[in-house]
Amino acid sequence: MNIRKSLTLIAAWLAGFLLIACPPVRGQDVPDLPEGLDEPTTMPRDEPDLPGGLDDDGPDLPPGLEDGDRKDTVKKSEPVGKKGFLDVMEELDINGFWEVRGGARTQADRHEKDASIGETRLQLEWEKTLRGVTLKYTGDFLYDQVDNRMSNVDLVRGTGWFDLRELSGRFSPAKWMDVKVGRQILTWGTGDLLFVNDLFPKDWRAFFIGRDLEYLKAPANAMKVSVFNDIADVDMVYMPRFNPSRFISGRRISYFNTTLGRRAGQDAIIDTDLPDEWFDDSEWATRISRRLGSYELAAYGYWGYWKTPEGFDAARSRATYPRLSTYGASIRGPLGRGVANFEAAYYDSRQDRAGDDPFVRNSEIRLLAGYETDLPQIATELTLGVQYYVELMQDYGAYKRTLPAASNAADRDRHVITVRLTKQLMNQNLTLGMFTYYSPTDADAYMRPNIRYKIDDHWTVEVGGNVFVGKDDHTFFGQFERNSNIYASLRCAF
Amino acid sequence: MKVNKTFFVLLLAVAMTFGPIVLTGEPSAKTDPKANALTVDEIVAKANHVAYYQGDDGRARLKMTIVDAQKRTRLREMTVLRRDAPKPGKQSETQPAGNTPEFDGEQKFYIYFHAPADVNKMSFLVHKHLDKDDDRWLYLPKIDLVKRIAGSEKRTSFVGSDFFYEDVSGRNTTDDKHELASSSDKYYVLKNTPKDPKKVEFASYKTWIHKKTFLVIKSEYYDNKGKPYRQYQARAVKRIQGNWTVTKARMTDLRTGRYTDVEYFGVKYDIGLDDDIFTQRYLRRPPREHLRD
Repeated sequence: MNIRKSLTLIAAWLAGFLLIACPPVRGQDVPDLPEGLDEPTTMPRDEPDLPGGLDDDGPDLPPGLEDGDRKDTVKKSEPVGKKGFLDVMEELDINGFWEVRGGARTQADRHEKDASIGETRLQLEWEKTLRGVTLKYTGDFLYDQVDNRMSNVDLVRGTGWFDLRELSGRFSPAKWMDVKVGRQILTWGTGDLLFVNDLFPKDWRAFFIGRDLEYLKAPANAMKVSVFNDIADVDMVYMPRFNPSRFISGRRISYFNTTLGRRAGQDAIIDTDLPDEWFDDSEWATRISRRLGSYELAAYGYWGYWKTPEGFDAARSRATYPRLSTYGASIRGPLGRGVANFEAAYYDSRQDRAGDDPFVRNSEIRLLAGYETDLPQIATELTLGVQYYVELMQDYGAYKRTLPAASNAADRDRHVITVRLTKQLMNQNLTLGMFTYYSPTDADAYMRPNIRYKIDDHWTVEVGGNVFVGKDDHTFFGQFERNSNIYASLRCAF
Repeated sequence: MKVNKTFFVLLLAVAMTFGPIVLTGEPSAKTDPKANALTVDEIVAKANHVAYYQGDDGRARLKMTIVDAQKRTRLREMTVLRRDAPKPGKQSETQPAGNTPEFDGEQKFYIYFHAPADVNKMSFLVHKHLDKDDDRWLYLPKIDLVKRIAGSEKRTSFVGSDFFYEDVSGRNTTDDKHELASSSDKYYVLKNTPKDPKKVEFASYKTWIHKKTFLVIKSEYYDNKGKPYRQYQARAVKRIQGNWTVTKARMTDLRTGRYTDVEYFGVKYDIGLDDDIFTQRYLRRPPREHLRD
């Protein structure tokens, strides 16, 4: 309860600070109507079709078309007044936001704190182009009351009071080539909150505790070279050191521990053996893509490691990141009134090709089909997205045969259906969203309700939840049941 | 992802560069002696040309001010680049406005957002087609995501403003019947009636087309009772590189009193924009040289 109290205090303090630092948007001067432009009232509204001869009706001509070449005297109005925080940021060409975000578990979890998130975050972003090189920096300073390792900044695992989201340089050495070097966020593929050929690092913790969706993608240290021509565009990404996903370790979110055979959290934080040698533990990813009319085709490859610890070193009792290669393809394009996509990949679990190593995840085939469309027949500004996703385990016989006794055997195939519903209201300032994952094979589900309201051009308030339900304790979403949470945030963007 | 549906309707912006109301209509055989022997469909075609197809390409910086009934404002700022599909015969710059369009066909648009902060640096790509739905991509730089945008709804707000998607992207040429309601020294006044009234919220709309330039100076939308509820008005016009261009306009929701002013800065035609700009490559790598004020 102490935590909640201090959370409240921090939130109140920050809200106060924000109000001072980031005042609600100043009244922009509403442009006055130029003289003689009061038409809406002077125009006959219920104008019947005019008979010939009465044809001098009609709007006055706007400036520029008037006879006599009247000079346009309307000047662009500039807001005057004293400089605020936002003006200074604008002058320095710095963008970003400041937000407070608090959340709590909706049920007790004996392995974790009651509060799920209690953070304040300042993101600053700066971009500058010098001699053809675009430099970009994005960094987040944060304080999270729930995290007890704030002083320990670890950019790989994503802990501490600072996270470097981007520090990169982008340039074009040739007309047909772009290069981006440095720390950056990378994304490709066609899924909506499902990733098949995108093996770039994710932050599942951020996703589950209710941070902004931006934080689902974790940064990677990489060099991306893109070559463009008429046949196909080729992207090659080299990551000199493995960039793991920020996974569920038990520190913030409880999970099902297979060794203990029960849910665990801070009592059994997963210790990992991270491949972290520069150049030795590197990753490669590539995409070849082209557009064919309205359709986008792509082929992908990845050579590296499972992004979450899918292996276990029994001798040292540590989770490991086994080697992984993936090969896949995707297509996306219009279908009916919406957009359809299909994506497939083969996950070659290189350290367990026969599937008989119980401590390394088996190879898989992953398939995804999706469709998104508006539903004007039901309501305006309502969007529906549905996806069907399946993981087909290879060598299931070998998996079953070698599975340690007393372990819960996974099904051969894991099927997931997702449904996204988005409705906008109040001139698109209010957005109601619901994203649901449902797995009929695991008999579990994960729901992400979200309500967002843009108070003005700077301020946004948001409430949402992460709700996990499941029949069993050990299934993918079911294991997180005790982490179900609700959260609220207030953000000032500049 | 955190895609705002706002941007489903972004496409609209594009055409705004060249005058916010599109008038495309089914060719009509009707003529009016007062129209100086121009048929209604000739008027419609010329207005359409002036609104959308001046020059082979163009750019403009748009500033939209949305003002609600309580006079609270929201700003939207973006740069729009446009490139027309190559035409059979290149139009001369010096040709007077309002000439008969040779070929007003497919176009590509690139939109880069400057403000507000939550959409800053996002970019939007549209390949506009005449015979099928447009292709649209939205790039979210914070997560490096190129999202394909569906969105068949055309009469919803564009970026939260009072302009509709369709106000700026244009109604399909077969969607309305057009009649010449009246004609004055200055204007052709067209009455436009939807063929499928279920698909739209208006019963009809009128457009005032300036005779000399074929710019739409005003349009007004009527409900089933014939009452106007929505009004567009051009508020400033400039001749830029020989092309008559609306540089200020307002769309008013007469029911709520809310309105949106749009201003166009740095309008340029025939820049020689490279077709490559209108590809996904440039969503990730904005063409800076064309985005400066």
